[in-house]
Amino acid sequence: MNFLQARRNPSLRIGAAIVALVLLCAVFAPLLAPRDPYLQNLDNILQPPNAAHLLGTDLYGRDVLSRLIYGTRSSLAVAMLASTIAVLSGLLIGLIAGFSGGIVDRILMRIVDVLLGFPRLFILLLALGFGYPSIWFIVIVLALFSWMEIARIVRGQVRVVREMLYVKAAQALGLSNAKIVRKYILPNVIGPVIVAAAMLIASMLIVESSLSFLGLGIQPPEASWGTILNQGRQYPVAAWWLSTFAGIMIVVTVLGFHLLGDGLRNYLDPKTRGQQAEK
Amino acid sequence: MLAYAGKRLLGAIPLIFIGLTLTFFIIHWAPGDPVALFVTSTTNVQAQEVIVERFGLDQPVFVQYLKWLERVVLHFDFGNSFHSGRPAARLIRDVFPATLLLTGLALLLGWVLGLALGVVSALYHDRGIDRVITTVVLFFYSMPGFWIGLMLLSIFAIKLDWLPASQLKSVFHSQLGAAGQIWDYVRHLFLPVLTLGLTLAAIFHRYTRTSMIEALNADYLLAARARGVPRRKIIWKYGLKNASIPLISLLGLIIPELLSGVIVIETIFSLPGMGRVMVEAVLGRDYPVIMAASTLAFIAVIAGNFLADIGYALVDPRIRLE
Repeated sequence: MNFLQARRNPSLRIGAAIVALVLLCAVFAPLLAPRDPYLQNLDNILQPPNAAHLLGTDLYGRDVLSRLIYGTRSSLAVAMLASTIAVLSGLLIGLIAGFSGGIVDRILMRIVDVLLGFPRLFILLLALGFGYPSIWFIVIVLALFSWMEIARIVRGQVRVVREMLYVKAAQALGLSNAKIVRKYILPNVIGPVIVAAAMLIASMLIVESSLSFLGLGIQPPEASWGTILNQGRQYPVAAWWLSTFAGIMIVVTVLGFHLLGDGLRNYLDPKTRGQQAEK
Repeated sequence: MLAYAGKRLLGAIPLIFIGLTLTFFIIHWAPGDPVALFVTSTTNVQAQEVIVERFGLDQPVFVQYLKWLERVVLHFDFGNSFHSGRPAARLIRDVFPATLLLTGLALLLGWVLGLALGVVSALYHDRGIDRVITTVVLFFYSMPGFWIGLMLLSIFAIKLDWLPASQLKSVFHSQLGAAGQIWDYVRHLFLPVLTLGLTLAAIFHRYTRTSMIEALNADYLLAARARGVPRRKIIWKYGLKNASIPLISLLGLIIPELLSGVIVIETIFSLPGMGRVMVEAVLGRDYPVIMAASTLAFIAVIAGNFLADIGYALVDPRIRLE
């Protein structure tokens, strides 16, 4: 996984740069977008990229570039909110499972196994196909089926750290569990969790856009990369700019989060850092 | 070994049961009324009640569930589709071969391509060729499957018109000779298989590369090299064999991945398979079909995990003792 040279860490830099750019794009969307993303102009529909509309116009004559820039907001918001909820619940469940051990641990890990085994898109299709696809509903459903990996990582780390002598000593000294978690456990788990979170955001972006593509994610007229793609799907050649540019936005963003995750893994993991230094 | 396999198999049955029970209650409690799709504002109340009764929706969900369970377990009867009226199990059985063909071929392509690239990457670890491969693979890893499909479709099927854009076979398929029929299938399946295969190859590459690097750096291979064992033997016989062990666990992970892939790819290429039936059933609130498709999906996932467990136990005897 470490396609990096010793000490230099290009994937971390490139990944961080892409993610920062996309985030800026989302925050400053109103300043960056050349036009109103919701303004329809029926005299000007499905225009290929030109000087007035750099990335063309869509079915209702709306400016695609502006919609893509605004779409950054909803796509990122859904992916990041869902990831945050998933990470926090994974962290909590992992801590509980790792700390309590025994029957609680076994039940929780069994649930993790079951949920990990289920095809996520399939389950989401079921849930969203029947529910109300508001942004919050999508976020909750995405999070509900995504916390397992984090829980597994945290639980594994907790079980290792718990056996360390310094933790045993802290327990013997009478430190409360909450304090032990805060002072000794969390610093040990936070690295792998951050890496997993970056990867999670990447996979959320893909899943969310797949759902929107199937018509089940974020609903029009709200601009999101998936909905723009869904619109372009009906005209893959005649209006190639719709699906092409929206797809590029998704790929670049997902790539950014993957690179960031890979880079962070190498940066945070002293083991691979050592390996690289040896070479 | 048999005892281990039997224990694993017994453990899998409750999982399928829990999964299906959850699915049943989720779809029945979720908003959206299957009857509403058959009813217009002018339909009279009696007609509505007849439909509700015919679908068995007038009973409490729990009763419906028990009835469903009884029919499935005793008669393997999943009920009839709300829309076509045909038995749901037969509907699934009719489209399953197409999905099996698509996923089987894609798995083969992904496996061969991913393994080959992964080994090359590991051998030239951190050198130019590895960086090129890894970067390209990371791009594919970052692409949503449906976008790869859409791009391939618009370039090769529509713009260049080299390959058909949809369906599994041509309208005149039955008039072709045996060779012509096979060629017809190949032309129709080429793009869908490529789409799914590329995504899978990216996953296989990542896993193979990591575990192959680890295997080649192991002490016993260092010792083998010191003793003068030929390089070819080290790579293919010892290296790849040991690197394949972690790949077995992929067997369990890949089936959910395949099911997700099939949903979008069959939708894009209009292939009559499980994925499309599933999407249509969900959108049309066709409960019996959803449940039949879910049953098959859960069994497939559990079977994948089961095979992974058995595979692990076969290559690593320590696991059997646990």
